[in-house]
Amino acid sequence: MKRILLGAALALGLGLSPAAAQDPVRACFVYVGPVGDFGWSYQHDQGRLQVEAELGDQVETAFLESVKEGADAERAIERFARSGCDIIFTTSFGYMDATNKVAARFPDVKFEHATGYKREHPNVSTYNSKFYQGRYIIGQIAAAMSDTGTAGYIASFPIPEVIRGINAFMLGAQSVDPDFALKIVWVNSWFDPAREADAAKALIGQGVDMLTQHTDSAAPMQVAAEEGIKAFGQASDQIAFGPETQLTSIIDDWGPYYVARVKAVIDGTWSQSDKWDGLLEGNVAMAPYTNMPEELAAKAQEVEEAIRTGAFEPFTGPINKQDGTPWLAEGEVATEGALLGLNFYVEGVDGQIPN
Amino acid sequence: MIAILLTIVTAATPLLLAAIGELVVERSGVLNLGVEGMMVVGAVAAFAVALSTGNPWLGVLAGAGAGAALSLVFAALAVGLATNQVATGLALTLFGIGVAGLVGEGFVGVPGVKLPPLSVPGLSDLPIIGPLIFAQDPLTLLSLALTAGVSVFLFRTRAGLRLRAVGDAPAAAQAIGLNVIGIRVAAVIFGGVCAGLAGAHLTLVYTSQWIEEITAGRGWIALALVVFASWRPGRVILGAYLFGAVTIAQFHAQALGVAVPSQLLSALPYLATILVLVLIAANRRATMVNTPAALGKPFVPDR
Repeated sequence: MKRILLGAALALGLGLSPAAAQDPVRACFVYVGPVGDFGWSYQHDQGRLQVEAELGDQVETAFLESVKEGADAERAIERFARSGCDIIFTTSFGYMDATNKVAARFPDVKFEHATGYKREHPNVSTYNSKFYQGRYIIGQIAAAMSDTGTAGYIASFPIPEVIRGINAFMLGAQSVDPDFALKIVWVNSWFDPAREADAAKALIGQGVDMLTQHTDSAAPMQVAAEEGIKAFGQASDQIAFGPETQLTSIIDDWGPYYVARVKAVIDGTWSQSDKWDGLLEGNVAMAPYTNMPEELAAKAQEVEEAIRTGAFEPFTGPINKQDGTPWLAEGEVATEGALLGLNFYVEGVDGQIPN
Repeated sequence: MIAILLTIVTAATPLLLAAIGELVVERSGVLNLGVEGMMVVGAVAAFAVALSTGNPWLGVLAGAGAGAALSLVFAALAVGLATNQVATGLALTLFGIGVAGLVGEGFVGVPGVKLPPLSVPGLSDLPIIGPLIFAQDPLTLLSLALTAGVSVFLFRTRAGLRLRAVGDAPAAAQAIGLNVIGIRVAAVIFGGVCAGLAGAHLTLVYTSQWIEEITAGRGWIALALVVFASWRPGRVILGAYLFGAVTIAQFHAQALGVAVPSQLLSALPYLATILVLVLIAANRRATMVNTPAALGKPFVPDR
């Protein structure tokens, strides 16, 4: 009986395969948080919706949300690969090894891993955004707006992406106030509103009056609003959580990249790539500069424009490492490779990177 | 300093609420391992009702109600039908997490309604105590009042004596005419209400947000706290605040730049729980005195 069923399924499968060319391409997405986090995963899902809107019948999409990094991720990605996805976007740093492992077993499926650097097989691409460009701008705003000269930074995991953000924020702040101080709290999670709120309260209790985060929930913004300090949104415009609190927000816009990559699969032109776009390409955008004096908003706008056009790069020397040893000489600009593997703080950041 | 104490109180309140409820349940001889499940159901019910009505007080009621409703399921099975309490409690937790995830799907990431802080004329302005207790959310005050109430009830009233009798020697209690099943069901429902309130605190006070498994193991910690307190209400307060302090201390230590790995700090509350349980288990005589003798044993009344 089993054999008959199997035979029938095979026949059916074979019978269908010639028609597969006209079938819609299946684009699948794996998210680390819930699509309703109004942060990181929410923005990726907005990208998915844009793919649906722009490519219409040519594409079919699916997503899995709240997939934990680690063994769960490999199962989820493999399930997608097995279920006939043509291209799979895995949207968290911690999916890096799982993505490459599954890619080895499914050479016909295209894999796109966000924020990683491993492309062990020809069917794996990586893509990222230069969020640090935005972090430099918010660092400048924080230093200009702060009365206590201290900002709080809620961090997730000590990976280059996060450390780069901390450094960029600090460089921006130092360009306004050389003595600006930063208190960093690691919560070891991407999305945990209760812990993020605890961290925010602890930081505010210790006298920070500016709050920024590299975690995905809007809980810190809510706490900042309650305590009457200012904060920066994360990943999406979080003004709804703090209408009088949010100064600006670094917004991720994955839509154009997703549309281009899925279209490449449809056209049969997909090939391995490593994209790292920023303000210029529209991958990174800044929410309106609110709750601050007009001159400051105008200045932030100027810096944003300078970074966009390439007239200014946040990681330009002279920059020393945390221990005071020189890293970049006067006028020297950090290479993309150096930035992607960044694993040390710049001078002026206190504390040690957990390992 | 006050700011640090405030965060400790906030972190401790849900633990205290859930633990004091479970303490009463266990004093009646019933071990309900479903605290986590009742808490998470309370959390989602409180959030949903507060958001859709705009009234956080209705949310609190809904949280308590949802916890009670789930505890009724447990009471019917474990007390009424004398099923294995451990298995039934575990099932209740899994069931609660599942139901809450399903009900709460549409509420993930939506800004919720916050329970306004108390303002008691006179009391709220007292130094230290004022901001810590009387200018906090009402659930904090309730948790302390409940603990005091439970302490008086258990050790100073006839009804409390009966409840303890049921927990120590149900057969004897029945022989002198006590309604063992009735008393145990009432205790279980009280535990459900308390766990539901603890859940409501998480989504109406702690962070006005809902995510799946927002309880993050707090129900289990509450269970451990009951053992830690060796079934004495006063010690539950001590345990809950100690635990709240450990939870919060890691963030303050980091912000102060203390060079301890943050992963270790994150694990600290759980390590503390294990340590305390080991220490208590080592001192058997002291624990035995307070342990309800019939804890976890199903009771079938003679007819």
